[in-house]
Amino acid sequence: MKKAANIYTILCFLILYAPVAVMILFSFNSTDSIFSFSGFSMQWYESILSGGEAVDTLINSLVLAALSAVISTVVGTAAAIGIFHMKRKWIKNATMQVTNIPMMNPDIVTGISMMLLFITVGTLINANILGFWTILIAHITFSLPYVILSVMPKLRQLDPNLTEAALDLGCTPMQAFLKVELPAIIPGIISGMIMAFTLSLDDFVISYFTTGATFKTFPTYIYSLVKKPFKPNIYALSSIMTIAVLVLLIISNIISARGENSGKPAKAKKSRSLRKGKEGKR
Amino acid sequence: MKRRSLLQRFAAAPHIAWSVLFIVIPLLFIIYYTFTDAAGGFTLENLATIASPEYLMIFLRSVMFSILATVICLLIGYPLAYRIASMKPRTQRIVIVLVMLPMWLNFLIRTYCLKILLNDQGIINTFLGNFGIEPLKLLNTSGAVIFAMVYNYLPYMILPIYTVISKMDQNLLTAAADLGCNRFQTMTKVVLPLSFSGIMSGVTMVFVPSISTFYISDAMGGRTFSLIGDTIERQFKEADNYNVGSALSLVLMILIIISMSIMNKYSDDDGGVVV
Repeated sequence: MKKAANIYTILCFLILYAPVAVMILFSFNSTDSIFSFSGFSMQWYESILSGGEAVDTLINSLVLAALSAVISTVVGTAAAIGIFHMKRKWIKNATMQVTNIPMMNPDIVTGISMMLLFITVGTLINANILGFWTILIAHITFSLPYVILSVMPKLRQLDPNLTEAALDLGCTPMQAFLKVELPAIIPGIISGMIMAFTLSLDDFVISYFTTGATFKTFPTYIYSLVKKPFKPNIYALSSIMTIAVLVLLIISNIISARGENSGKPAKAKKSRSLRKGKEGKR
Repeated sequence: MKRRSLLQRFAAAPHIAWSVLFIVIPLLFIIYYTFTDAAGGFTLENLATIASPEYLMIFLRSVMFSILATVICLLIGYPLAYRIASMKPRTQRIVIVLVMLPMWLNFLIRTYCLKILLNDQGIINTFLGNFGIEPLKLLNTSGAVIFAMVYNYLPYMILPIYTVISKMDQNLLTAAADLGCNRFQTMTKVVLPLSFSGIMSGVTMVFVPSISTFYISDAMGGRTFSLIGDTIERQFKEADNYNVGSALSLVLMILIIISMSIMNKYSDDDGGVVV
């Protein structure tokens, strides 16, 4: 039984990784064919070093992802705090419903709806505004709910008495926020920011509809190549990215594993029981 | 509760303004375009156009393809998630990283690699050719489209189910066994009901992108048949018919909202276990 389960697991991973293996294999191809492998060569990795559109668009994507991650994290964290402290239930619910729309809606609808807005504004001011700014706005918009949803649980876990205590001990509300609340919710903020960054880097559909000819991201560049056969330098670039991500994931896993082992177990237990109590009430 | 500080009172304001501007108003634009013609006058023509058998067929096909892809993802993903959750904690962490890693590969490149695998001169057919088997027509079939959907969205099914199963109280399983359940009964009466919320979020996360995808059907189906996603895309990027395109988007959105609310209704039943 256990053996069968293991064979099944291995089989699943073989299929999951077959395309990745194809990509890495063909990134070393000595010709520019992406269907038949003719020999080992490093030429596609060398061609990356000399730049070109693939590298430029990747840099575009990284800049865009960084900007949209920072902005959506700032706005989203503030929003999470504001929504958490809202007193009227219906306002709170309505805000959350609207916030969740980009998550529920298929990407293509989100992309098209924003494109319609941008095109209308563009005709009003008589200019084609599709480009860097519109794509940045779109990326911030679809990242916001993910940031809010990763900060919100941390706010719920926070003991309100701690803030009260800080205020009683003479902190201004701003100081209480910076010294008590912010350190407690920072893990949620960071994970929201990472999520916003990766979502933006990976997004194709929404970018495709909200960008113009003036600004290309890496995914939209790849799409423009699909019609013509593309060269293995894209594979080389993606292989490098995949390896980089693997290393990052392993490092972050090691760090979080260490944090769990050295952290105080009593504290962790307390916060968990606190959360359970809250959920019971709901 | 104490009075809210200024910060707490106005912190959500930028986000609310942003949401109205870039979420609510754009959706109103879709509704506006649905009910107007090219000149801007009110019409129901666009809805009538997409009620034709041709478009209904496309909708039906998309729904069937994405339901199939979702069911296959569930059948493959559930046992895998269950197996991963029963590994040693250290191994679990590594395996979950391995599940997530292909998701970091760009979606277009992932699909393109699949295309290379399935191509007439691709690796699978070359391999079969060694045994004297004629090349199979794998690409440009509905099977290829569903396979690509399953391949691309499988991690979205595995991760939520894994999260729920790994948080499950192991004592419950022991208790079920003590009270006379055999393995099969423990599975159907304890594990499955408790992991229901994970299944539901997995199903949503696979179903929504599958039904609205346009690149997959383009690349793997070779335009021999259309799904909703690429029909919408063509209305906007090729036919320049924003009105019919908006009508299609609106119907797609309503379709998804209905199916989501049905699923939410079922997943709310199990109360507190939701993450």
